[in-house]
Amino acid sequence: MTTPGPVLTAEEAAMLRGDSGPGVAMAMRMVVALAGVLGAERLMPVTGAHIDSCLYHGQAGLDFAEKLASLGARVAVPTTLNSSSLDLMHPGLVRLPPEDAVPARALMDAYRALGARPTWTCAPYQSAERPAFGENVAWAESNAIVFANSVLGARTERYGDFIDICAAITGRVPHAGLHLDEHRLPTLELDCSALSTAMLGEEAVWAALGDVVGRLSGSGVPLLTGIDPASVDEDRLKALGATAASSGGVALFHVAGVTPEALTPGPGWAALPSTPVTSAMLRAARDELSTVADPSAPLDAVALGTPHFSVREFEKLAAALAGTRPFHPGCTVWINTSREVLAQAREAGLVQAAEERGARIVADTCTYITPILAPEERTVMTPSGKWAWYAPMNIGVDVVFGTLAECLASARAGRVVRDDSQWN
Amino acid sequence: MTASGTECELAAAALCPGVGSGQLLLLDEPLSFWGGTDRRTGMIIDAHHPQHGTSIAGRVLLMDASRGSSSSSSVLAEQLRAGVGPAAILLTARDAIVALGALAAAELYGTAMPLAMLDAGAAATLRTVAGPMPIVSVTARADGTAAVVLQPPSIPRQTKDPS
Repeated sequence: MTTPGPVLTAEEAAMLRGDSGPGVAMAMRMVVALAGVLGAERLMPVTGAHIDSCLYHGQAGLDFAEKLASLGARVAVPTTLNSSSLDLMHPGLVRLPPEDAVPARALMDAYRALGARPTWTCAPYQSAERPAFGENVAWAESNAIVFANSVLGARTERYGDFIDICAAITGRVPHAGLHLDEHRLPTLELDCSALSTAMLGEEAVWAALGDVVGRLSGSGVPLLTGIDPASVDEDRLKALGATAASSGGVALFHVAGVTPEALTPGPGWAALPSTPVTSAMLRAARDELSTVADPSAPLDAVALGTPHFSVREFEKLAAALAGTRPFHPGCTVWINTSREVLAQAREAGLVQAAEERGARIVADTCTYITPILAPEERTVMTPSGKWAWYAPMNIGVDVVFGTLAECLASARAGRVVRDDSQWN
Repeated sequence: MTASGTECELAAAALCPGVGSGQLLLLDEPLSFWGGTDRRTGMIIDAHHPQHGTSIAGRVLLMDASRGSSSSSSVLAEQLRAGVGPAAILLTARDAIVALGALAAAELYGTAMPLAMLDAGAAATLRTVAGPMPIVSVTARADGTAAVVLQPPSIPRQTKDPS
């Protein structure tokens, strides 16, 4: 039977009563109701929040934010904002009709009025200020959640629309889920020792691995073993987590000897059910992430930066482009990133090489969640497992999934160029 | 069972309070409201879903849980605002995404779409329903209890003896 509600501290009860104003009371009603749904016996404090509700999905989301703002609510903890529906740095880039663009902009304004920082990125973990190990936060957006839990060792449940901002306003979440030690232990082992170090040198291979991890794990907590720590960096873990959170419900993974909660073997590891991951499984994932029936068809675009490109990824891209010819005029290379990373990458001179060859930069939003691609851009190649997973459904394109090197060679040729040596 | 033999009541736990009734819609797989349903019409548009092409508007949904993006909360709230949302949702798991959509719509618009959780046995009973889908009434109370009552839709109910 559902518990009618959690036991509140005096301060929490005062917030619920309206002592801190009607906006805080509304937010607290939502937090307390969710605690009841989850069967949590009490609430717990969080020290930061990341909001995904700023992406427009209809009038109800706007009504909710504007009601909180009109009732005088403000965030109580440092709060970042996820990718929105618009690119405020490049006006005119997004092809949203006015009936959606106007409320989408109003939604962004409402979240700024609530005191959140206009970061507009799905990769808040690429910012200088990010949660510390063991810190409890309320993060929304599946890739941000899985990165915070797995790579930073911060603690967040799978928060989403409405509750993200209510947690930011109250500074409270239900005492439940991945905030608790017992839910953070691995539930299955995925043995990756058969994967070659050369293969794991490609981000897209990590995305394909993420696809396999998501399918094998569901909403469990996988432990990846047999991976050389020297082959791991944050961009690769980002690709792994984002795809595992798309093909499955993974909100926390561990990599033995690499991620902060798996640096040394745990007592239960030996008893975990274990499944081997093979290079053939990754090639199968690559092929499943591609929807194009005719691989010889002209390639219209390449999509990079889902989740948002990091400074280091701009650096790798610039290095890969050195000495190469411009992209084919019929193929547009799109790069999604945050305004903060873009400023740093421009300052470091890492964007010019791509732009000189015809690449277009998108900030504040992403090419798979809002209409940016031209109607004639129908066949798109990407090294992003998440983009490949969602774009066909969201924006109706056909996708070819491949490594960054394959994507760049294809962009120059204007058609898909494969290099199977990267997948063995 | 009642004296007429046509009604059946199942016990359930309330996740979000409310009262609603409508024709039962059995979802064979978890549904993502975001991407899987049209926010303007309530139609299931996920081509891979077994109930693709069916509308959730005014129906009592039975599903194990939702699936995928947490943006589903916003889409469900928007459907409830627009009057194309379900009449009630019956789950077998504590699903925060579905609950938050229902809670936000209740907070904003006073909709009180009941959300209730069935145990595995009760859910299995509902899933054995064949032929025309019955009308189901769901009452989810603030004390955490809920009642789910089934009535066959087209079979005339037995007239009770007036004596």
